[in-house]
Amino acid sequence: MVASRSQHHTIVALVEDKPGVLNRIASKWRQRGFNIESLAVGHSEIAGLSRMTFTVDGATHDVDQVTKQVFKVIEVVKIEDITGEDVVARELALIRVTANAETRGAILEIASIFRASVIDVAIDSLILELTGTEDKIEAIYELLLPYGVRELVRTGRIAMTRGGVGADHADITHRRYRSAGEGKAQVGSLL
Amino acid sequence: MKLTGAQIIMECLLREGVDTIFGYPGGANLPMYDTLPQYADRIRHILVRHEQSAAHAADAYSRVTGQAGVCWATSGPGATNLVTGIANAWMDSVPLVCITGSVVSWLIGRDGFQEADITGISIPITKHNALVLNVEDIARNIREAFHIATTGRPGPVLVDIPRDIQQQTCEFDYPDEVNLPGYKPVTRGDPKQIDRAAKLIADSEKPLILAGHGVVISRAWDELKELAEKADVPVITTLLGIGGFPATHELYMGMPGMHGMYWNNQAISESDLLIAVGMRFDDRVTGRLKDFAPHAKIIHIDIDPAEIGKNIPPTVPIVGDVKLVLQDLNREVGAYRHDDWRAWLNEMKSNHPSIAIPDTDKVLPQYVIKSIYDASGTDAYYVTGVGQHQMWAAQYFWIDKPAGFITSGGLGTMGFEVPAAMGAQVAAPQSTIWAICGDGGFQMTSQELATVVEYELPIKYAIINNGYLGMVRQWQELFYKNNLSAVRMFQPDFVKLAEAYGMRGLRVTDKDQVQSTIDLALAHPGPVLIDFQVEEYENTYPMVPPGASLQETVDSPYQSDAGNGQTARPRVAEGVR
Repeated sequence: MVASRSQHHTIVALVEDKPGVLNRIASKWRQRGFNIESLAVGHSEIAGLSRMTFTVDGATHDVDQVTKQVFKVIEVVKIEDITGEDVVARELALIRVTANAETRGAILEIASIFRASVIDVAIDSLILELTGTEDKIEAIYELLLPYGVRELVRTGRIAMTRGGVGADHADITHRRYRSAGEGKAQVGSLL
Repeated sequence: MKLTGAQIIMECLLREGVDTIFGYPGGANLPMYDTLPQYADRIRHILVRHEQSAAHAADAYSRVTGQAGVCWATSGPGATNLVTGIANAWMDSVPLVCITGSVVSWLIGRDGFQEADITGISIPITKHNALVLNVEDIARNIREAFHIATTGRPGPVLVDIPRDIQQQTCEFDYPDEVNLPGYKPVTRGDPKQIDRAAKLIADSEKPLILAGHGVVISRAWDELKELAEKADVPVITTLLGIGGFPATHELYMGMPGMHGMYWNNQAISESDLLIAVGMRFDDRVTGRLKDFAPHAKIIHIDIDPAEIGKNIPPTVPIVGDVKLVLQDLNREVGAYRHDDWRAWLNEMKSNHPSIAIPDTDKVLPQYVIKSIYDASGTDAYYVTGVGQHQMWAAQYFWIDKPAGFITSGGLGTMGFEVPAAMGAQVAAPQSTIWAICGDGGFQMTSQELATVVEYELPIKYAIINNGYLGMVRQWQELFYKNNLSAVRMFQPDFVKLAEAYGMRGLRVTDKDQVQSTIDLALAHPGPVLIDFQVEEYENTYPMVPPGASLQETVDSPYQSDAGNGQTARPRVAEGVR
């Protein structure tokens, strides 16, 4: 069978905005023992359709299989594994960090380096807002740890392919399934 | 004119051509049952004795008619009792529309009496489901349910409707079309792939067709026969593919896999091209995956893209409806001969016993099953449960008729046979229906004999009674050091049981009663139960041990009389006693 090396996959799905859809999709991953690392859902540019971005770890062949199963969920209009494509991926994080008169300056300096904004200030804490890749968020988190991170909220990854690659995203009459890795050319030509 | 939700349900069913419902009433579907008598002249309701049976009966009804089967249940336990039946239909790709009553809408999520989250519970075993919270949405949801259940790869769909929604009223408007942007099954195969497939067939010297349930579901037997005859390719059918190709045809080879024909498993291992048609390379077919068909290129035709490459990576994948794909492929395929390959196969077939039955005075289950088939022929429908008797039935029933063999394949549901035979008989009232039952499985659903008698369904129930859970015992014998644990079973007096329900009961204890009792059952106009008390320790062969490859198939310990004229060897199991 196909090589079974585990890899981080980013999957973007366009789904009908109806009750139970998330449950159905999650069920396909759960049944096969996958842990969804992150999940972001929101309205898309098309009324009635939402776009989901989820990341999972797994061998390409296994992820492919589940992706195909997810595509069979009636409300899923389009699904693409954009792993390895030229994409922009971002995540938003809110971080509440302990900050007193002594440490506030140092924390603001870190925030400035990472272009994080301060969105709330209290006597003994700050809330920072940061947008970026997961690595960037991990990095600022590590730097803030010594000061005392009281709370961390992350949205999970959202992603988009660059340039013209995703230009047909809005065209829902053209249903599409794309998978990452070896099966791609083959599966892409099936549909 | 405004209709109630319950009336709308009935009107929708009429528009979908439904004439039969299998169901069971309860608190949450009372409005549906209140409305039912108004439609009694157009829709027949079969009152089962357990909701699981409603789903199994609707399942078999669908397999015989080719239309969606419909079953009803109430909320909570009624709905959860459907679950096994729904899962069975899901695994075997059978279109079901299950309509459940739900607790009144304001009680949902408050642990109301008889509340169960059936839409949540059934997500992994339905193709789609819906909880309808507005009476205006009932018609659209039922329209979509039938569309989804019966198109693409068929499957069960559940629609859950709260009791108060069934009572509310609105204008009835049945949508002409469905609007499902995420659901557009591919039906025509990609011409490029079909071209590639035709070339592989042209180059092959040892081709085989592996035909599965997709051939039966798609009603593609004519197309399959044309391909097989034109390109001279032997045909193997999976358990659910039985009937998809005429078994009396010279190209027909029988079943492969765990209890398949020895010659088929060797042929698959020898073949240079497998044409897999509407089948999904189930583990019971392939044996150990990495050693499956080591020399073969694979053309995989299936309507479900998720089946392509799931178990076996194909050389040429073709997604589409089997019937349409074969029509296109048949135009591209040339006429070939494979005389050497056919001769090899025929030699393999004649040298291996596989389904030889020894001449003995004992009541061998194989002999009983073969005798039933010989007496009833290819026009009857044969319904089976799950276990040894099922495998023997699959081995000895060489059926010509599409959908003539009705069995629980994927899920392996013991007890399927009793209600499934009802569904088959309701669908084919003029046909002979045999239910081949295990003595274990029969007792899982035997309450349905009441339904059988009430609706005068002249089903012939044959219990292959060895007093054991035979297949489990076979595994304990072979793979658990003969540690027989919880497989010996006390049985009631099945003849008296039948008589208690008001049907004819017959018992067979001697070999010379077998034929005459079968004849008696066939001549009897009503339902009959025959308790065939068969040889206890008989086991099912050939067998591919679990985890082994097809090349390691253990053939029947019996020598084929046709092969070398020898009589039976001692049975493997006899040493066990």
